[in-house]
Amino acid sequence: MRNFIISLSAVVFGLIGGAILMAVTGHDPMEGYRFLFQGGLKNISRFGDTLATGTPLIFTGLSVAFAFRTGLFNIGAAGQMLFGGFCASIIGLKLDASGAVLIPLMIIAAILGGAVWAFIPGLLKARFNVHEVVSTIMMNWIAYWTIYYAVPAYLKAESVETESRALPDKATLKAAWLSDMFGGSYVNMGLFLAVIVVIIIAFIINKTTLGYELKAVGFNRHSAEYAGIGVNRSIILSMLISGALAGLAGLAQYAGNGNNIQIGVLATQGYDGIAVALLGANSPIGVLVSALFFGLLYSGRGFMNAMTDIPPEIADSIIAIIIYFAATSVLMNRVITWFLGRRRANAGSAVSGKGKV
Amino acid sequence: MEFVVEMLNIRKEFPGVVANDDITLQLRKGEIHALLGENGAGKSTLMSILFGMYQPDRGTIKVRGEQVKIANPNVANKLGIGMVHQHFKLVSNFTVTENIILGNELKRGLALNIKGAARRIEELSKRYGLNVDPYAKIEDISVGMQQRVEILKMLYRDAEVLILDEPSAVLTPQEIDELIKIMKGLVAEGKSVIVITHKLKEIKAAADRCTVIRRGKTIGTVDVATTSELQMAEMMVGRSVTFKVEKKPSQPGDVILKLEGLTVNNNKNVPGLKDFNLEVRAGEIVGIAGVEGNGQSELVEAITGLRKSEAGRIILNGQEITSHSIRNRINNGVAHIPEDRQKRGLVLDYTLEENMILQVYKREPFSKRGILNKGAIRKYASGILESFDVRSGRGPVSVSRSLSGGNQQKAIIGREIELDPSLLIAVQPTRGLDVGSIEYIHKRLIGHRDRGKAVLLISLELDEVINVSDRIAVVNNGELIGIVNAAETNENEIGLMMAGVGKGGDQ
Repeated sequence: MRNFIISLSAVVFGLIGGAILMAVTGHDPMEGYRFLFQGGLKNISRFGDTLATGTPLIFTGLSVAFAFRTGLFNIGAAGQMLFGGFCASIIGLKLDASGAVLIPLMIIAAILGGAVWAFIPGLLKARFNVHEVVSTIMMNWIAYWTIYYAVPAYLKAESVETESRALPDKATLKAAWLSDMFGGSYVNMGLFLAVIVVIIIAFIINKTTLGYELKAVGFNRHSAEYAGIGVNRSIILSMLISGALAGLAGLAQYAGNGNNIQIGVLATQGYDGIAVALLGANSPIGVLVSALFFGLLYSGRGFMNAMTDIPPEIADSIIAIIIYFAATSVLMNRVITWFLGRRRANAGSAVSGKGKV
Repeated sequence: MEFVVEMLNIRKEFPGVVANDDITLQLRKGEIHALLGENGAGKSTLMSILFGMYQPDRGTIKVRGEQVKIANPNVANKLGIGMVHQHFKLVSNFTVTENIILGNELKRGLALNIKGAARRIEELSKRYGLNVDPYAKIEDISVGMQQRVEILKMLYRDAEVLILDEPSAVLTPQEIDELIKIMKGLVAEGKSVIVITHKLKEIKAAADRCTVIRRGKTIGTVDVATTSELQMAEMMVGRSVTFKVEKKPSQPGDVILKLEGLTVNNNKNVPGLKDFNLEVRAGEIVGIAGVEGNGQSELVEAITGLRKSEAGRIILNGQEITSHSIRNRINNGVAHIPEDRQKRGLVLDYTLEENMILQVYKREPFSKRGILNKGAIRKYASGILESFDVRSGRGPVSVSRSLSGGNQQKAIIGREIELDPSLLIAVQPTRGLDVGSIEYIHKRLIGHRDRGKAVLLISLELDEVINVSDRIAVVNNGELIGIVNAAETNENEIGLMMAGVGKGGDQ
């Protein structure tokens, strides 16, 4: 409940901050926000695009949140996502099979690709106590250059050097009926996959012995060790799962929202996952909601830009301010405590002091 | 009579609990005033109010006769009130001087004047007999000296009133004697001292007056010289208590734990325990006596599997477990009440019920095929919390961090005994606890013995080792000096052995 209030006030403060920015730069904030939200929600097709934009963010957000719950800071979601998406693309491009066979294989490939990419930092952490922040960032760049080499070498498009061939439709998460239902939007089956995965992860974290072990290690590895929980095993396992989730983000991005991989790009969704996890207070449901909210901002900002002369950077600034407030949740927590204390003091008649802390 | 500090009719309420209810404490100038109470009686809250960390809901505080409002610790410092916390607040890779001046730096222009500060610290140290080297690094000095650094920190800030929170909890017997001497030196120089404690012996040895509180209420203030330890204990607990541990003679059965030539390295990677041999039988309590850091931790961690042994064998119930995993040992009947309850014993951010299944969550009925059964867990946890009288705000769903230290300890002990282990290793099980809880825990340990189980008790409190154990193994410098029967020995003999003098004079 408190986490929800913190996240919500972070959003509110972010929007207020954005309004101030718009006003200061000589624009009408109300108009700006009208177009921003219309851009994401105006009609069914735009709403579909919002959902689609949010889909990879659900996965990367979950990836970061899951690792975080077990005491690990996985900031390598971008690389894991890239490699997972690459593995899935290989299957999609090289294997000649029907969609019913291809899609499950691609899902598995994305999971494995992401997991392998996260396994290395996990192993380094468990065996040699190498900090995962450093090693996951390095793995990002290893993924970047691996793809830089491998895509032109093996998956090159006909005419363009900088991206892979387009996946055939049967090898993507696109579904005509879904697209039609949302008025031609590029929303795809990735969204359903994301919701299912949210439920699975929530279940693992809250209801299973595995989640219990991983959280115990995250909170206090000394007492986890004392209780006979394999700390190193838990670290590796947690990174594997986190990486697998990021790998699925790659599938959703490169074989769902898009249909090929570009070289020389580390997807921004990887880093945005950190923000999504933060705003979602590291809970799976929170991640789902905050990912969709970010999706709304991202898909609405183009419309705002087109309809007004407010620069799209304003939308980015709003996101940045929101992240700021979500990241300073300790501070927010204190503000809320102070606020509640004051209300209680006021209600509590005679005893109340000056409300000074 | 002149009072330096008066806390009158203090009331402080936290959500769900009244921590202080109409407490009055008056500190005379130049006295050592003990604040005595059980865990959770409200001692720490009261002192936190005096130190400005909490605001009282009601009541007044007077310093040197003037009513004051202590909004935060800085105000307290300005009023000349200083506090030594139970857990020291020192930067371990800073020197003594750097730690003392931190936040109150002596400057020469823009640069720190370390030398000048060190000189002043040395003077203070001499004057109060603290014997602290201003240039030593914190990580290199003993716990006792760290505490003296904390005291120096307050003296450096010209504190007139010193609050010591459970100062003896971390000290060896010799260091405690020294601390008492220091406190007497402080009052001789005109300072006033409030010491929070529940060790009656020390109150008797050091304090002039003693205020007893129970469940947030003042029970009374007594002159220590004319009040017996027993009377104070009874005021504190609210019923009659016995200091003597009641127990029948032990009836040792089969060997449960056997250590053969066990050698274990310490953190510096040199043997901390050397060629150690010991047997613990069913139905007996074997105590390990020794000054802290003489191989006790290495011994415990080797048996529980937290540390690997370099040589020798550990045999449990006839089966060698030297290289078994920790979980395997637990499943084979080793339970461990760890020395540091917050570091090892509990996942502080887990609820109590989650902590109660820390070792058994994989067993039925707590989980089945990897899925937790919350109902069964709740029932199991509630049972332990009830039978070990663990007091918390919200029962099994309380976050463990929110419990008082004594209740955390009771929860751990309950959890370990509930495992019904064939070998229970209790390390400092009553550290920092009050008389009532100590009595209770000793009873539980003896009860476990009487059910035909083996208990290995490691404690730095000689009284505890002698009173609770059946046999006592004395360690010094990682070696077994000798084993004596508790009934046939005394503090003197064990003290000598702890210093490395073998039984009967042989080295």
